[in-house]
Amino acid sequence: MAEEEEEETELSEKQKIEIAKWFLLNSPPGEIYYVAKDVKSILNDDDLYNQAASEAFPVYNKSHFISLPMPDRSGDVLVTSFGELEGYAYLDPRTAQVAIVDHVKQVCTEVRPATDEELPSPYIEEFRCALDAEILKYVEESYPKGVCSVYCANGKDVEGPGSDFEFAVVISAARHSPQNFCNGSWCSMWNIEFKDDQQTVEVKGKIEVDAHYFEEGNVQLDAKHECKDSTLFQAPDDCAISISSIIRHHETEYLASLEASYLNLPDSTFKDLRRKLPVTRTLFPWHNTLQFSLTRDISKELGIGK
Amino acid sequence: MEAAMGLMRRIPAKHTDTALSALLSLMPSHSSDLLSQVDQPLQVLCDVDSGKEFILCEYNRDADSYRSPWSNKYHPSLEDGSLPSLALRKLEVEANDIFAIYRDQYYEGGISSVYMWEDDNEGFVACFLIKKDGSKTGQGRRGYLEEGSWDAIHVIEVGPEEEENTNYRLTSTVMLTLTTNNESSGTFSLSGSIRRQMTMRLSVADGHLCNMGRMIEEMESKLRYSLDQVYFGKTREMVCTLRPPSEVAQIRIPES
Repeated sequence: MAEEEEEETELSEKQKIEIAKWFLLNSPPGEIYYVAKDVKSILNDDDLYNQAASEAFPVYNKSHFISLPMPDRSGDVLVTSFGELEGYAYLDPRTAQVAIVDHVKQVCTEVRPATDEELPSPYIEEFRCALDAEILKYVEESYPKGVCSVYCANGKDVEGPGSDFEFAVVISAARHSPQNFCNGSWCSMWNIEFKDDQQTVEVKGKIEVDAHYFEEGNVQLDAKHECKDSTLFQAPDDCAISISSIIRHHETEYLASLEASYLNLPDSTFKDLRRKLPVTRTLFPWHNTLQFSLTRDISKELGIGK
Repeated sequence: MEAAMGLMRRIPAKHTDTALSALLSLMPSHSSDLLSQVDQPLQVLCDVDSGKEFILCEYNRDADSYRSPWSNKYHPSLEDGSLPSLALRKLEVEANDIFAIYRDQYYEGGISSVYMWEDDNEGFVACFLIKKDGSKTGQGRRGYLEEGSWDAIHVIEVGPEEEENTNYRLTSTVMLTLTTNNESSGTFSLSGSIRRQMTMRLSVADGHLCNMGRMIEEMESKLRYSLDQVYFGKTREMVCTLRPPSEVAQIRIPES
Protein backbone atom coordinates (compact mmCIF):
# COMPACT_ATOMS: atom_id res chain seq x y z
CA MET A 1 0.00 0.00 0.00
CA ALA A 2 2.72 2.43 1.09
CA GLU A 3 4.69 1.60 -2.02
CA GLU A 4 1.74 2.24 -4.21
CA GLU A 5 1.20 5.62 -2.61
CA GLU A 6 4.78 6.55 -3.18
CA GLU A 7 4.47 5.69 -6.81
CA GLU A 8 1.31 7.71 -7.00
CA THR A 9 2.93 10.81 -5.56
CA GLU A 10 5.42 10.76 -8.37
CA LEU A 11 3.03 11.01 -11.25
CA SER A 12 4.69 11.65 -14.54
CA GLU A 13 3.56 14.62 -16.59
CA LYS A 14 2.03 12.20 -19.01
CA GLN A 15 -0.08 10.59 -16.27
CA LYS A 16 -1.22 14.00 -15.06
CA ILE A 17 -2.32 14.90 -18.56
CA GLU A 18 -4.18 11.60 -18.88
CA ILE A 19 -6.05 12.23 -15.61
CA ALA A 20 -6.89 15.78 -16.64
CA LYS A 21 -8.22 14.49 -19.96
CA TRP A 22 -10.31 11.87 -18.18
CA PHE A 23 -12.04 14.54 -16.10
CA LEU A 24 -12.61 16.75 -19.12
CA LEU A 25 -14.04 13.93 -21.23
CA ASN A 26 -16.39 12.86 -18.44
CA SER A 27 -17.88 16.34 -18.05
CA PRO A 28 -21.66 16.38 -18.18
CA PRO A 29 -23.21 18.12 -21.22
CA GLY A 30 -22.39 21.81 -21.31
CA GLU A 31 -20.13 21.68 -18.28
CA ILE A 32 -16.66 21.07 -19.72
CA TYR A 33 -15.84 24.73 -19.12
CA TYR A 34 -16.48 24.46 -15.40
CA VAL A 35 -14.65 21.17 -15.18
CA ALA A 36 -11.73 22.72 -17.07
CA LYS A 37 -11.51 25.55 -14.56
CA ASP A 38 -11.27 23.11 -11.65
CA VAL A 39 -8.84 20.83 -13.47
CA LYS A 40 -6.64 23.82 -14.28
CA SER A 41 -6.52 24.91 -10.68
CA ILE A 42 -5.73 21.40 -9.43
CA LEU A 43 -2.98 20.84 -11.99
CA ASN A 44 -1.52 24.26 -11.23
CA ASP A 45 0.59 24.02 -14.37
CA ASP A 46 -0.58 25.87 -17.47
CA ASP A 47 1.50 23.85 -19.92
CA LEU A 48 0.11 20.53 -18.71
CA TYR A 49 -3.40 21.94 -18.65
CA ASN A 50 -3.14 23.40 -22.13
CA GLN A 51 -1.93 20.13 -23.54
CA ALA A 52 -4.71 18.16 -21.84
CA ALA A 53 -7.31 20.69 -22.99
CA SER A 54 -6.06 20.75 -26.57
CA GLU A 55 -6.42 16.96 -26.72
CA ALA A 56 -9.68 16.56 -24.80
CA PHE A 57 -11.82 19.44 -26.09
CA PRO A 58 -11.94 18.32 -29.75
CA VAL A 59 -12.98 14.80 -28.69
CA TYR A 60 -15.61 16.13 -26.28
CA ASN A 61 -16.99 18.64 -28.79
CA LYS A 62 -17.31 16.03 -31.52
CA SER A 63 -18.85 13.36 -29.32
CA HIS A 64 -21.42 15.81 -27.92
CA PHE A 65 -22.25 17.20 -31.37
CA ILE A 66 -21.91 20.75 -30.12
CA SER A 67 -23.27 23.48 -32.36
CA LEU A 68 -21.54 26.81 -32.87
CA PRO A 69 -22.89 29.94 -34.54
CA MET A 70 -20.99 30.84 -37.69
CA PRO A 71 -19.62 34.39 -37.68
CA ASP A 72 -21.43 35.38 -40.89
CA ARG A 73 -24.80 34.66 -39.21
CA SER A 74 -25.64 31.99 -41.74
CA GLY A 75 -26.67 29.61 -38.98
CA ASP A 76 -25.06 27.08 -36.65
CA VAL A 77 -22.44 24.55 -37.67
CA LEU A 78 -22.40 21.16 -35.96
CA VAL A 79 -19.05 19.86 -34.78
CA THR A 80 -19.10 16.17 -35.78
CA SER A 81 -16.68 13.64 -37.14
CA PHE A 82 -18.85 13.40 -40.29
CA GLY A 83 -18.14 16.99 -41.25
CA GLU A 84 -14.55 17.02 -40.07
CA LEU A 85 -11.93 18.23 -42.52
CA GLU A 86 -8.24 18.91 -41.92
CA GLY A 87 -7.15 21.61 -39.49
CA TYR A 88 -10.14 21.91 -37.13
CA ALA A 89 -12.39 22.70 -40.05
CA TYR A 90 -15.97 21.43 -40.21
CA LEU A 91 -18.20 21.30 -43.24
CA ASP A 92 -21.67 22.76 -42.96
CA PRO A 93 -23.40 20.93 -45.82
CA ARG A 94 -26.53 23.13 -45.83
CA THR A 95 -24.68 26.36 -46.55
CA ALA A 96 -21.82 24.59 -48.37
CA GLN A 97 -19.41 26.38 -46.08
CA VAL A 98 -16.45 25.26 -44.04
CA ALA A 99 -16.23 26.55 -40.48
CA ILE A 100 -12.90 26.90 -38.69
CA VAL A 101 -13.35 26.01 -35.03
CA ASP A 102 -11.40 26.89 -31.92
CA HIS A 103 -12.14 23.81 -29.84
CA VAL A 104 -10.99 25.01 -26.44
CA LYS A 105 -12.83 28.32 -26.71
CA GLN A 106 -15.76 26.51 -28.34
CA VAL A 107 -16.23 29.16 -31.01
CA CYS A 108 -16.26 29.25 -34.78
CA THR A 109 -13.66 31.80 -35.79
CA GLU A 110 -14.17 32.03 -39.55
CA VAL A 111 -15.99 30.48 -42.49
CA ARG A 112 -15.02 29.93 -46.10
CA PRO A 113 -16.98 28.53 -49.03
CA ALA A 114 -16.45 24.78 -49.44
CA THR A 115 -14.43 23.68 -52.43
CA ASP A 116 -15.94 21.42 -55.09
CA GLU A 117 -13.86 18.50 -53.82
CA GLU A 118 -15.34 18.89 -50.36
CA LEU A 119 -18.92 18.70 -51.62
CA PRO A 120 -20.84 15.69 -52.98
CA SER A 121 -21.66 15.19 -56.64
CA PRO A 122 -24.89 16.78 -58.00
CA TYR A 123 -26.56 13.32 -58.05
CA ILE A 124 -25.85 12.76 -54.34
CA GLU A 125 -26.54 16.36 -53.47
CA GLU A 126 -30.07 16.03 -54.82
CA PHE A 127 -30.82 13.23 -52.34
CA ARG A 128 -28.99 15.02 -49.53
CA CYS A 129 -30.72 18.35 -50.07
CA ALA A 130 -34.16 16.79 -50.20
CA LEU A 131 -33.54 14.88 -46.98
CA ASP A 132 -32.02 17.92 -45.28
CA ALA A 133 -35.13 19.96 -46.04
CA GLU A 134 -37.43 17.30 -44.55
CA ILE A 135 -35.25 16.76 -41.47
CA LEU A 136 -35.01 20.51 -40.93
CA LYS A 137 -38.79 20.75 -41.02
CA TYR A 138 -39.10 17.93 -38.48
CA VAL A 139 -36.43 19.34 -36.15
CA GLU A 140 -37.95 22.81 -36.21
CA GLU A 141 -41.31 21.35 -35.26
CA SER A 142 -40.08 19.02 -32.54
CA TYR A 143 -37.05 20.61 -30.93
CA PRO A 144 -37.28 24.18 -29.62
CA LYS A 145 -33.51 24.52 -29.94
CA GLY A 146 -32.51 21.72 -32.25
CA VAL A 147 -29.74 21.83 -34.81
CA CYS A 148 -29.42 19.24 -37.56
CA SER A 149 -27.23 18.35 -40.47
CA VAL A 150 -27.27 15.72 -43.19
CA TYR A 151 -23.81 14.57 -44.27
CA CYS A 152 -22.75 12.27 -47.02
CA ALA A 153 -20.71 9.72 -45.08
CA ASN A 154 -19.78 7.51 -48.01
CA GLY A 155 -19.91 7.63 -51.79
CA LYS A 156 -20.05 11.40 -52.19
CA ASP A 157 -18.60 11.18 -55.68
CA VAL A 158 -21.17 8.72 -57.04
CA GLU A 159 -22.40 10.28 -60.28
CA GLY A 160 -25.59 8.36 -60.91
CA PRO A 161 -27.62 5.19 -60.26
CA GLY A 162 -25.73 1.90 -59.91
CA SER A 163 -23.72 2.53 -56.73
CA ASP A 164 -24.35 2.53 -52.99
CA PHE A 165 -23.95 5.60 -50.83
CA GLU A 166 -24.43 6.52 -47.22
CA PHE A 167 -25.70 9.53 -45.29
CA ALA A 168 -25.44 10.53 -41.66
CA VAL A 169 -28.22 12.57 -40.12
CA VAL A 170 -27.21 14.31 -36.92
CA ILE A 171 -29.70 16.01 -34.61
CA SER A 172 -28.44 17.83 -31.56
CA ALA A 173 -30.34 19.80 -28.96
CA ALA A 174 -28.74 21.18 -25.83
CA ARG A 175 -30.02 23.27 -23.00
CA HIS A 176 -27.71 24.83 -20.46
CA SER A 177 -29.10 26.64 -17.49
CA PRO A 178 -26.39 26.64 -14.84
CA GLN A 179 -28.33 29.30 -12.90
CA ASN A 180 -31.00 26.63 -12.39
CA PHE A 181 -28.35 23.94 -11.76
CA CYS A 182 -29.54 22.01 -14.76
CA ASN A 183 -28.00 21.02 -18.10
CA GLY A 184 -29.00 18.53 -20.71
CA SER A 185 -28.49 17.32 -24.22
CA TRP A 186 -30.24 15.17 -26.81
CA CYS A 187 -28.07 13.74 -29.57
CA SER A 188 -29.27 11.48 -32.29
CA MET A 189 -27.26 10.04 -35.11
CA TRP A 190 -28.96 8.25 -37.98
CA ASN A 191 -27.00 6.24 -40.44
CA ILE A 192 -28.77 5.96 -43.81
CA GLU A 193 -27.51 3.37 -46.28
CA PHE A 194 -28.79 3.60 -49.83
CA LYS A 195 -28.40 0.11 -51.31
CA ASP A 196 -28.60 0.34 -55.04
CA ASP A 197 -28.65 -3.38 -55.87
CA GLN A 198 -31.46 -4.21 -53.37
CA GLN A 199 -33.23 -0.91 -54.02
CA THR A 200 -33.62 -0.43 -50.26
CA VAL A 201 -32.59 2.16 -47.74
CA GLU A 202 -31.42 0.91 -44.34
CA VAL A 203 -31.88 3.27 -41.43
CA LYS A 204 -29.98 2.78 -38.17
CA GLY A 205 -30.30 5.17 -35.27
CA LYS A 206 -28.49 5.89 -32.03
CA ILE A 207 -30.08 8.28 -29.56
CA GLU A 208 -28.38 9.54 -26.44
CA VAL A 209 -30.04 11.73 -23.86
CA ASP A 210 -28.20 13.19 -20.88
CA ALA A 211 -29.38 15.46 -18.12
CA HIS A 212 -27.68 16.73 -14.99
CA TYR A 213 -29.30 18.37 -11.99
CA PHE A 214 -26.92 19.54 -9.30
CA GLU A 215 -28.56 21.86 -6.81
CA GLU A 216 -27.28 20.52 -3.48
CA GLY A 217 -26.60 17.19 -5.04
CA ASN A 218 -25.46 15.52 -8.22
CA VAL A 219 -28.01 13.48 -10.15
CA GLN A 220 -27.63 12.47 -13.77
CA LEU A 221 -29.77 10.83 -16.38
CA ASP A 222 -27.94 8.79 -18.96
CA ALA A 223 -30.20 7.17 -21.53
CA LYS A 224 -29.24 5.42 -24.74
CA HIS A 225 -31.20 3.68 -27.39
CA GLU A 226 -30.51 2.07 -30.75
CA CYS A 227 -32.98 1.13 -33.44
CA LYS A 228 -33.24 -0.01 -37.03
CA ASP A 229 -35.68 0.35 -39.88
CA SER A 230 -35.75 0.33 -43.67
CA THR A 231 -37.60 1.75 -46.63
CA LEU A 232 -37.58 1.60 -50.42
CA PHE A 233 -34.99 3.31 -52.60
CA GLN A 234 -37.11 5.87 -54.44
CA ALA A 235 -36.74 9.28 -56.02
CA PRO A 236 -34.93 11.85 -53.84
CA ASP A 237 -38.09 13.63 -52.64
CA ASP A 238 -39.91 10.39 -51.79
CA CYS A 239 -36.85 8.98 -50.01
CA ALA A 240 -36.56 12.17 -48.00
CA ILE A 241 -40.18 11.97 -46.86
CA SER A 242 -40.08 8.31 -45.90
CA ILE A 243 -36.70 8.56 -44.12
CA SER A 244 -37.70 11.61 -42.13
CA SER A 245 -40.97 10.01 -41.12
CA ILE A 246 -39.08 6.91 -39.93
CA ILE A 247 -36.82 9.13 -37.83
CA ARG A 248 -39.76 11.12 -36.50
CA HIS A 249 -41.61 7.94 -35.61
CA HIS A 250 -38.70 6.31 -33.75
CA GLU A 251 -37.74 9.45 -31.87
CA THR A 252 -41.35 10.05 -30.83
CA GLU A 253 -41.65 6.45 -29.66
CA TYR A 254 -38.39 6.75 -27.79
CA LEU A 255 -39.48 9.90 -26.01
CA ALA A 256 -42.66 8.09 -25.00
CA SER A 257 -40.64 5.20 -23.63
CA LEU A 258 -38.48 7.63 -21.63
CA GLU A 259 -41.66 9.08 -20.19
CA ALA A 260 -42.84 5.57 -19.34
CA SER A 261 -39.54 4.83 -17.59
CA TYR A 262 -40.02 7.95 -15.47
CA LEU A 263 -43.61 7.02 -14.70
CA ASN A 264 -42.55 3.56 -13.55
CA LEU A 265 -39.97 4.96 -11.16
CA PRO A 266 -41.87 5.81 -7.98
CA ASP A 267 -43.91 2.67 -7.61
CA SER A 268 -42.01 -0.10 -9.27
CA THR A 269 -38.40 0.56 -10.21
CA PHE A 270 -37.46 2.60 -7.15
CA LYS A 271 -39.24 0.15 -4.88
CA ASP A 272 -36.56 -2.46 -5.54
CA LEU A 273 -34.08 -0.11 -3.87
CA ARG A 274 -36.18 1.23 -1.02
CA ARG A 275 -39.90 1.17 -0.32
CA LYS A 276 -41.81 4.33 0.55
CA LEU A 277 -43.30 2.56 3.54
CA PRO A 278 -42.24 -0.64 5.29
CA VAL A 279 -43.77 -3.96 4.29
CA THR A 280 -46.09 -3.44 7.28
CA ARG A 281 -47.36 -0.22 5.62
CA THR A 282 -46.96 1.73 8.85
CA LEU A 283 -43.99 3.67 10.17
CA PHE A 284 -41.43 1.63 12.04
CA PRO A 285 -42.40 1.16 15.73
CA TRP A 286 -39.31 2.77 17.27
CA HIS A 287 -41.21 3.36 20.55
CA ASN A 288 -41.89 -0.33 20.90
CA THR A 289 -38.87 -2.24 19.68
CA LEU A 290 -39.14 -4.56 22.65
CA GLN A 291 -41.67 -6.59 20.69
CA PHE A 292 -38.90 -7.63 18.31
CA SER A 293 -36.66 -8.98 21.03
CA LEU A 294 -39.65 -10.80 22.50
CA THR A 295 -40.53 -12.40 19.19
CA ARG A 296 -36.91 -13.29 18.73
CA ASP A 297 -36.70 -14.92 22.14
CA ILE A 298 -39.89 -16.88 21.56
CA SER A 299 -38.80 -18.09 18.16
CA LYS A 300 -35.46 -19.08 19.66
CA GLU A 301 -37.20 -21.04 22.40
CA LEU A 302 -39.52 -22.73 19.98
CA GLY A 303 -36.64 -23.40 17.67
CA ILE A 304 -38.22 -21.59 14.69
CA GLY A 305 -36.99 -18.73 12.56
CA LYS A 306 -33.38 -18.03 11.82
CA MET B 1 -9.61 21.39 -2.39
CA GLU B 2 -12.52 23.58 -3.48
CA ALA B 3 -11.77 22.71 -7.10
CA ALA B 4 -11.66 19.00 -6.21
CA MET B 5 -15.08 19.17 -4.56
CA GLY B 6 -16.29 21.16 -7.57
CA LEU B 7 -15.26 18.29 -9.83
CA MET B 8 -16.96 15.73 -7.62
CA ARG B 9 -20.21 17.68 -8.00
CA ARG B 10 -20.09 17.20 -11.74
CA ILE B 11 -18.58 13.79 -12.37
CA PRO B 12 -21.25 11.09 -12.87
CA ALA B 13 -21.85 8.96 -9.77
CA LYS B 14 -20.74 5.77 -11.52
CA HIS B 15 -17.26 7.29 -11.87
CA THR B 16 -16.92 8.36 -8.21
CA ASP B 17 -14.31 5.71 -7.43
CA THR B 18 -12.15 6.50 -10.45
CA ALA B 19 -12.47 10.23 -9.87
CA LEU B 20 -11.49 9.92 -6.24
CA SER B 21 -8.40 7.82 -6.92
CA ALA B 22 -7.43 10.25 -9.69
CA LEU B 23 -7.72 13.17 -7.28
CA LEU B 24 -5.80 11.28 -4.59
CA SER B 25 -2.91 10.74 -6.96
CA LEU B 26 -2.97 14.35 -8.21
CA MET B 27 -3.19 15.89 -4.75
CA PRO B 28 -1.54 13.47 -2.29
CA SER B 29 -1.19 16.21 0.34
CA HIS B 30 -4.99 16.49 0.54
CA SER B 31 -5.65 12.78 0.83
CA SER B 32 -7.20 12.84 4.30
CA ASP B 33 -9.48 15.76 3.36
CA LEU B 34 -10.52 13.98 0.18
CA LEU B 35 -11.22 10.70 1.95
CA SER B 36 -13.33 12.37 4.61
CA GLN B 37 -15.28 14.72 2.32
CA VAL B 38 -15.94 12.57 -0.72
CA ASP B 39 -18.55 9.92 -0.15
CA GLN B 40 -17.67 6.64 -1.78
CA PRO B 41 -19.85 3.63 -2.50
CA LEU B 42 -19.87 1.35 0.55
CA GLN B 43 -17.76 -1.81 0.69
CA VAL B 44 -18.62 -5.00 2.52
CA LEU B 45 -16.66 -7.69 4.39
CA CYS B 46 -17.76 -10.99 5.89
CA ASP B 47 -17.44 -11.50 9.66
CA VAL B 48 -15.57 -14.80 10.08
CA ASP B 49 -17.24 -15.52 13.46
CA SER B 50 -20.89 -14.95 12.62
CA GLY B 51 -20.71 -15.45 8.87
CA LYS B 52 -22.69 -12.19 8.49
CA GLU B 53 -21.63 -9.36 6.25
CA PHE B 54 -20.80 -5.92 7.60
CA ILE B 55 -20.19 -2.54 6.01
CA LEU B 56 -16.85 -0.76 5.94
CA CYS B 57 -16.40 2.95 6.50
CA GLU B 58 -14.01 5.42 8.07
CA TYR B 59 -15.80 5.00 11.41
CA ASN B 60 -15.06 1.32 11.96
CA ARG B 61 -11.55 1.48 10.54
CA ASP B 62 -8.37 1.27 12.56
CA ALA B 63 -5.15 1.10 10.56
CA ASP B 64 -6.05 -1.27 7.68
CA SER B 65 -8.61 -3.28 9.66
CA TYR B 66 -12.35 -2.90 10.08
CA ARG B 67 -14.37 -3.76 13.17
CA SER B 68 -17.41 -5.97 12.69
CA PRO B 69 -20.52 -4.88 14.62
CA TRP B 70 -21.52 -8.53 15.03
CA SER B 71 -18.44 -9.94 16.80
CA ASN B 72 -16.80 -6.62 17.79
CA LYS B 73 -13.60 -8.02 16.22
CA TYR B 74 -11.33 -6.38 13.69
CA HIS B 75 -10.89 -7.90 10.23
CA PRO B 76 -8.09 -8.64 9.53
CA SER B 77 -7.48 -9.09 13.23
CA LEU B 78 -5.84 -6.23 15.06
CA GLU B 79 -4.30 -6.60 18.54
CA ASP B 80 -5.03 -3.19 20.00
CA GLY B 81 -7.81 -1.89 17.73
CA SER B 82 -9.92 0.74 19.46
CA LEU B 83 -13.27 -0.44 20.86
CA PRO B 84 -16.30 1.44 22.20
CA SER B 85 -16.91 1.39 25.99
CA LEU B 86 -18.95 -1.51 27.35
CA ALA B 87 -22.04 0.66 27.83
CA LEU B 88 -21.81 2.07 24.33
CA ARG B 89 -21.13 -1.38 22.88
CA LYS B 90 -24.35 -2.58 24.51
CA LEU B 91 -26.29 0.18 22.77
CA GLU B 92 -24.44 -0.61 19.54
CA VAL B 93 -25.46 -4.28 19.70
CA GLU B 94 -29.08 -3.35 20.30
CA ALA B 95 -28.98 -0.73 17.53
CA ASN B 96 -27.61 -3.28 15.06
CA ASP B 97 -30.40 -5.75 15.90
CA ILE B 98 -33.22 -3.24 15.63
CA PHE B 99 -31.78 -1.48 12.59
CA ALA B 100 -31.56 -4.82 10.78
CA ILE B 101 -35.32 -5.24 11.25
CA TYR B 102 -35.97 -1.66 10.12
CA ARG B 103 -33.76 -2.27 7.09
CA ASP B 104 -35.58 -5.45 6.21
CA GLN B 105 -38.99 -3.76 6.39
CA TYR B 106 -38.02 -0.91 4.09
CA TYR B 107 -35.45 -2.56 1.84
CA GLU B 108 -36.57 -6.18 1.69
CA GLY B 109 -32.97 -7.26 1.83
CA GLY B 110 -29.69 -5.40 1.95
CA ILE B 111 -27.01 -5.13 4.59
CA SER B 112 -26.87 -2.78 7.55
CA SER B 113 -24.27 -1.91 10.17
CA VAL B 114 -24.26 0.52 13.08
CA TYR B 115 -21.07 1.82 14.71
CA MET B 116 -20.77 3.97 17.79
CA TRP B 117 -17.90 5.70 19.51
CA GLU B 118 -17.37 8.21 22.30
CA ASP B 119 -16.55 11.75 21.28
CA ASP B 120 -14.71 14.48 23.14
CA ASN B 121 -17.68 16.35 24.61
CA GLU B 122 -19.36 13.76 26.82
CA GLY B 123 -21.63 12.60 24.06
CA PHE B 124 -21.17 10.00 21.37
CA VAL B 125 -21.40 9.53 17.65
CA ALA B 126 -23.35 6.83 15.86
CA CYS B 127 -23.08 5.85 12.24
CA PHE B 128 -25.91 3.90 10.60
CA LEU B 129 -25.12 2.34 7.23
CA ILE B 130 -27.31 0.60 4.70
CA LYS B 131 -26.32 -1.01 1.45
CA LYS B 132 -28.85 -2.51 -0.91
CA ASP B 133 -28.25 -4.20 -4.24
CA GLY B 134 -31.63 -3.90 -5.95
CA SER B 135 -30.60 -5.38 -9.29
CA LYS B 136 -32.40 -8.43 -10.59
CA THR B 137 -29.29 -10.52 -10.02
CA GLY B 138 -29.04 -9.07 -6.51
CA GLN B 139 -31.93 -8.53 -4.13
CA GLY B 140 -34.35 -6.74 -6.43
CA ARG B 141 -37.54 -8.63 -5.69
CA ARG B 142 -39.46 -7.34 -8.64
CA GLY B 143 -36.62 -7.78 -11.11
CA TYR B 144 -37.01 -4.40 -12.80
CA LEU B 145 -33.44 -3.26 -12.43
CA GLU B 146 -30.49 -4.28 -14.52
CA GLU B 147 -28.34 -2.44 -12.04
CA GLY B 148 -29.47 -0.84 -8.84
CA SER B 149 -27.68 0.21 -5.73
CA TRP B 150 -28.61 2.31 -2.73
CA ASP B 151 -25.92 3.27 -0.22
CA ALA B 152 -27.02 5.30 2.78
CA ILE B 153 -24.73 6.82 5.39
CA HIS B 154 -26.27 8.42 8.47
CA VAL B 155 -23.97 9.97 11.03
CA ILE B 156 -25.58 11.23 14.23
CA GLU B 157 -23.71 13.35 16.74
CA VAL B 158 -25.40 12.95 20.08
CA GLY B 159 -24.69 15.73 22.56
CA PRO B 160 -24.46 15.38 26.34
CA GLU B 161 -27.70 15.19 28.32
CA GLU B 162 -29.04 18.55 29.54
CA GLU B 163 -32.18 18.62 31.68
CA GLU B 164 -33.44 15.37 30.23
CA ASN B 165 -32.93 16.58 26.68
CA THR B 166 -30.22 15.89 24.16
CA ASN B 167 -29.20 17.51 20.91
CA TYR B 168 -28.98 15.25 17.89
CA ARG B 169 -27.30 16.31 14.70
CA LEU B 170 -27.85 14.00 11.76
CA THR B 171 -25.92 14.17 8.48
CA SER B 172 -27.19 11.79 5.83
CA THR B 173 -25.92 10.89 2.39
CA VAL B 174 -27.60 8.65 -0.13
CA MET B 175 -25.82 7.45 -3.25
CA LEU B 176 -27.76 5.52 -5.79
CA THR B 177 -27.77 4.15 -9.29
CA LEU B 178 -30.61 2.53 -11.12
CA THR B 179 -30.51 1.23 -14.64
CA THR B 180 -33.25 -0.43 -16.62
CA ASN B 181 -32.59 -2.02 -19.93
CA ASN B 182 -34.99 -3.40 -22.44
CA GLU B 183 -35.31 -3.87 -26.16
CA SER B 184 -37.85 -1.13 -26.83
CA SER B 185 -36.44 1.63 -24.68
CA GLY B 186 -32.72 0.91 -24.50
CA THR B 187 -30.79 1.68 -21.34
CA PHE B 188 -32.21 4.20 -18.93
CA SER B 189 -29.95 5.10 -16.08
CA LEU B 190 -30.29 7.54 -13.21
CA SER B 191 -27.54 7.95 -10.69
CA GLY B 192 -26.41 10.43 -8.15
CA SER B 193 -26.00 11.43 -4.57
CA ILE B 194 -27.45 13.96 -2.16
CA ARG B 195 -26.55 14.95 1.39
CA ARG B 196 -28.74 16.65 3.99
CA GLN B 197 -28.58 17.64 7.65
CA MET B 198 -31.17 17.71 10.41
CA THR B 199 -30.84 18.77 14.02
CA MET B 200 -33.30 18.01 16.80
CA ARG B 201 -33.50 18.48 20.54
CA LEU B 202 -35.34 15.52 22.02
CA SER B 203 -36.22 14.13 25.39
CA VAL B 204 -34.08 11.17 26.39
CA ALA B 205 -37.13 9.57 28.03
CA ASP B 206 -37.77 7.52 24.86
CA GLY B 207 -34.15 6.42 24.71
CA HIS B 208 -31.41 7.30 22.23
CA LEU B 209 -32.20 4.47 19.91
CA CYS B 210 -35.83 5.49 19.51
CA ASN B 211 -34.86 9.13 18.88
CA MET B 212 -32.12 8.31 16.40
CA GLY B 213 -34.28 5.76 14.64
CA ARG B 214 -37.13 8.21 14.12
CA MET B 215 -34.78 10.85 12.77
CA ILE B 216 -33.22 8.41 10.34
CA GLU B 217 -36.59 7.13 9.20
CA GLU B 218 -37.83 10.67 8.58
CA MET B 219 -34.62 11.63 6.82
CA GLU B 220 -34.58 8.55 4.59
CA SER B 221 -38.16 9.18 3.52
CA LYS B 222 -37.29 12.79 2.74
CA LEU B 223 -34.22 11.83 0.75
CA ARG B 224 -36.10 9.20 -1.19
CA TYR B 225 -38.85 11.70 -1.93
CA SER B 226 -36.38 14.39 -3.03
CA LEU B 227 -34.52 12.03 -5.30
CA ASP B 228 -37.70 10.71 -6.83
CA GLN B 229 -39.71 13.90 -7.13
CA VAL B 230 -37.15 16.67 -7.25
CA TYR B 231 -33.93 15.29 -8.67
CA PHE B 232 -35.33 12.73 -11.09
CA GLY B 233 -38.16 15.16 -11.80
CA LYS B 234 -35.71 17.85 -12.84
CA THR B 235 -33.94 15.56 -15.28
CA ARG B 236 -37.33 14.61 -16.71
CA GLU B 237 -38.21 18.29 -17.09
CA MET B 238 -34.94 18.78 -18.91
CA VAL B 239 -35.78 15.99 -21.37
CA CYS B 240 -39.15 17.62 -22.01
CA THR B 241 -37.47 20.98 -22.59
CA LEU B 242 -35.12 19.45 -25.12
CA ARG B 243 -37.91 17.72 -26.98
CA PRO B 244 -41.40 18.65 -25.76
CA PRO B 245 -43.75 15.68 -25.76
CA SER B 246 -46.81 17.57 -27.14
CA GLU B 247 -46.34 15.80 -30.43
CA VAL B 248 -46.64 12.45 -28.66
CA ALA B 249 -50.04 13.39 -27.37
CA GLN B 250 -51.22 14.47 -30.81
CA ILE B 251 -50.07 11.29 -32.49
CA ARG B 252 -51.11 8.98 -29.70
CA ILE B 253 -54.72 10.04 -29.28
CA PRO B 254 -56.08 8.90 -32.64
CA GLU B 255 -54.24 5.59 -32.25
CA SER B 256 -55.63 4.63 -28.87
